[in-house]
Amino acid sequence: MAPPDPILGVSEAFKADNHELKLNLGVGAYRTEELQPYVLNVVKKADQLLLEKGENREYLPIEGLAAFNKVTAELLLGADNPVIKQQKVATVQGLSGTGSLRLAAALIERYFPGAQVLISSPTWGNHKNIFNDARVPWSEYRYYDPKTVGLDFEGMISDIKAAPEGSFILLHGCAHNPTGIDPTPEQWEKIADVIQEKNHIPFFDIAYQGFASGSLDADASSVRMFVARGMEVVAAQSYSKNLGLYAERIGAINVVCSSPDAAARVKSQLKRIARPMYSNPPVHGARIVANVVGDPTLFKEWNEEMEMMAGRIKNCDNMTNKWHVYMTKDGRISLAGLSLAKCEYLADAIIDSYHNVS
Amino acid sequence: MSTSTVARARAIRWWDHVTPAPKDPINSVTEAFLADPCPYKINLGVGAYRDDEGKPIVLQCVREAQAKIESSNFLESNSTAVSSKLVEESAKLVYGEDSDVIKEGRFAGVPALSGTGACHLFAELQRRLYPNSRIYLPDPTWSNHHNIWRDAHVAKKTFRYYHPDSKGLDFMALMDDVKNAPDGSFFLLHPCAHNPTGVDPSYEQWKEISSLFKVKNHFPFFDMAYQGFASGDLERDARAIRIFLEDGHLIGCAQSFAKNMGLYGHRVGCLSVLCDDKTQAVAIKSQLQQIARTMYGSPPIHGILLVSKILSDPDIKATWLKEVKVMATRVQRMRAALRDSLEKLGSSLDWQHITNQVGMFCFSGLTPDEVDRLAKEFHIYMTYDGRISMAGVTTKNVDYLANAIHEVTASDQDAKVLCNLRA
Repeated sequence: MAPPDPILGVSEAFKADNHELKLNLGVGAYRTEELQPYVLNVVKKADQLLLEKGENREYLPIEGLAAFNKVTAELLLGADNPVIKQQKVATVQGLSGTGSLRLAAALIERYFPGAQVLISSPTWGNHKNIFNDARVPWSEYRYYDPKTVGLDFEGMISDIKAAPEGSFILLHGCAHNPTGIDPTPEQWEKIADVIQEKNHIPFFDIAYQGFASGSLDADASSVRMFVARGMEVVAAQSYSKNLGLYAERIGAINVVCSSPDAAARVKSQLKRIARPMYSNPPVHGARIVANVVGDPTLFKEWNEEMEMMAGRIKNCDNMTNKWHVYMTKDGRISLAGLSLAKCEYLADAIIDSYHNVS
Repeated sequence: MSTSTVARARAIRWWDHVTPAPKDPINSVTEAFLADPCPYKINLGVGAYRDDEGKPIVLQCVREAQAKIESSNFLESNSTAVSSKLVEESAKLVYGEDSDVIKEGRFAGVPALSGTGACHLFAELQRRLYPNSRIYLPDPTWSNHHNIWRDAHVAKKTFRYYHPDSKGLDFMALMDDVKNAPDGSFFLLHPCAHNPTGVDPSYEQWKEISSLFKVKNHFPFFDMAYQGFASGDLERDARAIRIFLEDGHLIGCAQSFAKNMGLYGHRVGCLSVLCDDKTQAVAIKSQLQQIARTMYGSPPIHGILLVSKILSDPDIKATWLKEVKVMATRVQRMRAALRDSLEKLGSSLDWQHITNQVGMFCFSGLTPDEVDRLAKEFHIYMTYDGRISMAGVTTKNVDYLANAIHEVTASDQDAKVLCNLRA
């Protein structure tokens, strides 16, 4: 009997509970005031457009919807990025962040046997499971410093330096999960330096683009900086949070290569991995994203909605700035950090942040 | 030079040793077809249904389900309920509406990423629970079966199935291979509309296979991708599985709603594994969910909503059953039309296998050279094993197709004539 998943198991238990006052503070998923999953207006519009078009339901190619792959790479790297223009990016649609990470893990296992993935301590719970099941060895680099309640930068750099050459360094592009603590731009430069020095490969997991700061471009700046240095980068994307498309499972794996030929070869191998897993990816989520990102009006609206969602996250900033309560930007708190004595204080902080911050 | 400039100067190329992957044999047919500018080209490659205009269709039942879903407010709290509904209704299609297995909860069922995903989950489960086991695949079988079990790191063997001379089932060889396999082996079976041959065992033959499986304690895993396409009747197409069920086997079954509901791109299917009891079922289900969680999390909800609605709404389900019959019947008519056309052209070859074989595919017996000629000279595309997706044949193109086949098999016909002369 497999143990319940530590994150989803909470949601399952919540669903099973019939108490009228129940509250789910488990999964990091954006909620409305009524605590329902928030369906973005742009998604509703895109959905409506799809209905009107009456699109068929034929198989996508193994690599996914071409229109989606185009816009997702552009969103991540910038439409004018030379690597896109020079066709150096292999992009394959994946089943959200999980599916995209799994494709990358399978690629690593096949072509870099024995190479390790270094993951932050702590990191998203499913990272370890994904690499375990993909048979990719992993180890941790120091990240969160409980003493400073901040980034253990020296520890991080030191651990990345100490890793065997040619390791894959898993980095959270923005809004680190679960700590919410991101390196500063200067720190990112130093991280890139040490990765280059040690001939490591940067492997980004971008699950919150737009959600961290409210700006899609700003949240992609870390990845773009690495790419601008001419580094070959692996990057997994998810639209679960920023477009609220959790249930549709839409994301992508991007491999920025040094040549179009390499990109074509890598893409063909990603396809080869995907075919026995699920043959081709689901169409619905891909069409929605392609419609939203590809349509200037909808895209603009999405940016505005993003700012609004990030604004709710300003409640969280108030917690920290005014009340010195530290929590992740997506609103995640760990009660393990709470003592009996501080309960009332926390309650006051929460009430203030919700009532007094617009 | 600063450290960072030095670092930047060294451009590392990580992917030089990555070779281009071979093209998927089925998808590359579609690619070649799409690249062909010829206006009267024909795609007989992928097993996707087309209407008599050669167009993909969206079933009426799907439209109706879509409308009902749009108008209701989907709450997240529903997603587990909807998935469970899908699994329960899917299981009824396999095991029967009144099946005890379902009533007693004696099966582990999870929604899966269509048939591929269901097979893949099972292959992973097989490796976890029986790491030294093998899978026996029919020869031939859908090419991706080999990829699936290989990538799951499960050893493979094949068992004899198709008889190239009769273009039918090699039943004696099949039974022989089943008998000679070590006791407790895992076998993959197509319960109806075998892909790629269209050759299915008869009812009596299935009974014999089931008996032998009982003696040998083999594990029967069914991949049912075409329920409804063999006979037009979903219940009838599940007959083989019902035989095994009656004989007390604990089977596994992968189902796909890609073809029979036309939901190809939505990736919706189901994997069920029969168990001794409810406790075991809960345990197996948790293992399957865990396997899925590190691969893709959960399947996309859109397809699940559609299928769940279609199967649980009696009116919409009734519409669906009628539409399956329509699709299957059209394919059967095209089989008859193609055979008729070839015989009228005076082909001296035997074409009865076109109408003997069932389901979407016809294993034509065409050689790779002939397949090549059909593509290059006639702009007709099929896989190199000579498999024709009959769903791609229409009233308008059937005669052109017959003519083309007649032409490229001219030398075979000559050879046959010579053979007869000598005899």
